[in-house]
Amino acid sequence: MLEAYPDNRLARILLWSFCALVMAFLILPTLVVVPLSFSASNLLEFPPRAYSLRWYEAFFGSATWMAALRTSLILGTLTAMIAVPLGLLACISMNRLGGKAAVAIQGVLLTPSIVPGILLAIGLFFVLAAQRLVGTLFGVLVGHVVLAIPVACIVLLPALARFDWNQVQAARSLGANWARAIGGIIVPQLQISLLSATLMAFLTSLDESVISIFVASGQNSTLPKLMFLSLRDQIDPTIAAISTLWTVIVVAVVLIVTLRQKS
Amino acid sequence: MTVIADPFLAADARRERRFFLSLSLPALFIVGLAAILPIVWIIRQSFLTTGGEYTVGNYEKVLSSGLTWSALVTTLQLSLGTLAICILLGTPLALALASARPRVANLLMAFVMLPLWTSILVRTYGWLVLLRRDGLINAALTGSGLTAEPLPLVYNFTGTLIGMVHYMLPLFLLPVYAAMRDIDANLVRASASMGATLGQTIRTVILPLSAGGIFSGSIIVFIYTIGFFITPAVLGGGKVNPLSTRIERTLSTFQDWGSASVLGILLLILMALVGVMFLAARRLIAGRKVGTGHA
Repeated sequence: MLEAYPDNRLARILLWSFCALVMAFLILPTLVVVPLSFSASNLLEFPPRAYSLRWYEAFFGSATWMAALRTSLILGTLTAMIAVPLGLLACISMNRLGGKAAVAIQGVLLTPSIVPGILLAIGLFFVLAAQRLVGTLFGVLVGHVVLAIPVACIVLLPALARFDWNQVQAARSLGANWARAIGGIIVPQLQISLLSATLMAFLTSLDESVISIFVASGQNSTLPKLMFLSLRDQIDPTIAAISTLWTVIVVAVVLIVTLRQKS
Repeated sequence: MTVIADPFLAADARRERRFFLSLSLPALFIVGLAAILPIVWIIRQSFLTTGGEYTVGNYEKVLSSGLTWSALVTTLQLSLGTLAICILLGTPLALALASARPRVANLLMAFVMLPLWTSILVRTYGWLVLLRRDGLINAALTGSGLTAEPLPLVYNFTGTLIGMVHYMLPLFLLPVYAAMRDIDANLVRASASMGATLGQTIRTVILPLSAGGIFSGSIIVFIYTIGFFITPAVLGGGKVNPLSTRIERTLSTFQDWGSASVLGILLLILMALVGVMFLAARRLIAGRKVGTGHA
């Protein structure tokens, strides 16, 4: 955009060095944990004097961390399995109804992403406490599902907008019921978007920490909750190992999603 | 829309509409159950004593406490501080990205998105490692002789602010970058050919045309930061207490559900106020645009 100012070299150099600094600021905290996770020492020394895999062993060898990992993976899977079908149905509904009805539905579905997490968390805590469900997997699950539904809708709504609805009507007029029309025509054609929505919903649950901190406990503590607690108490490089694994997994998932969408 | 005269077809259309409406019911139901009901419950809880009787005592207790007001001030300081730094860092960055070649811009955007997709806890941990007393940044500062003593960068307001800016900057950047990328390059060229300096062009052409994006980015920053919990809880080290951490402490340490609910409602009111302010500001900006457009 600024090619109209080719002579202004000084401004350009200033702008780009500023840009490089801000980029470093953005990336540094994620990168700094990687070498640390391979440190052989108990201390958070940088660069590590000796390297080892002991913090990865500590993570995979710890029953507590493994239980949390299992809980998080189960929760993420269940969240995606519930949020994506619900999101798809809601998106079909919004796509077909259009107008004010669609706006109203979208408004309600987006509430959880606008309300601060801490409010959802304590509110959910109160509701679950009244039903004696605090600390159960169910409690965290509903919290994660409402957060994942808007995420799924963001992926699915534009995909549905590109979908040719006449195909469904053709199927209907040939005698297919709604379940068959949706399952046999919409789902296969939205395959890639549905996969993206599933991965995004999974990540949303995996990443969620505030609801987990308040609502999950004991056996059902999630990985983020445990990470939060250990960050508050004492920090050892086990967290660095988890962080590194985490970042690698997330980057892989995001790459899959973006590459799939481009192809 | 065609007018359907046939009563059977009209009934059909109505039935179909009802069917489509019903498709969103499961999603609406669960959002109602796990997001809207909890908010209503907070309101109810704020009027209850521990014994379950109705009272306004919670409000009296919370509103007369100095801690509440200092929490409110801290919340606003963190939000406004984050917003100011995001505008200062993000706007030039967006300008650089928008003026870069598409391939370079895409690569850089991927780097911007990386932190967005990393867990908040991973990032918070990264900042702890960097900002600690014996952390990387202090080691570099004292090692190079810039400062004699390590600076207190974390477990305080500074550290919390750094962590929050780091979280919000990519989210702020996205709308600003989108707005700047959409600016017609010919306008910039025209401005240059008419003799405007780079500074004048940025001030009078680029910034006004990307105001919408900066505005959207600011709303996003505000909505997110006003209820931020993880970053102040970890990087604040107990010394930085906005409404969110005060709510947590009231609930977990003091088991005082009523007061925690009142604090939650204060947070809701704050959000509503900010929302109304932004809407009013948008109307004002839109109004001015129409005005100058005809002048």
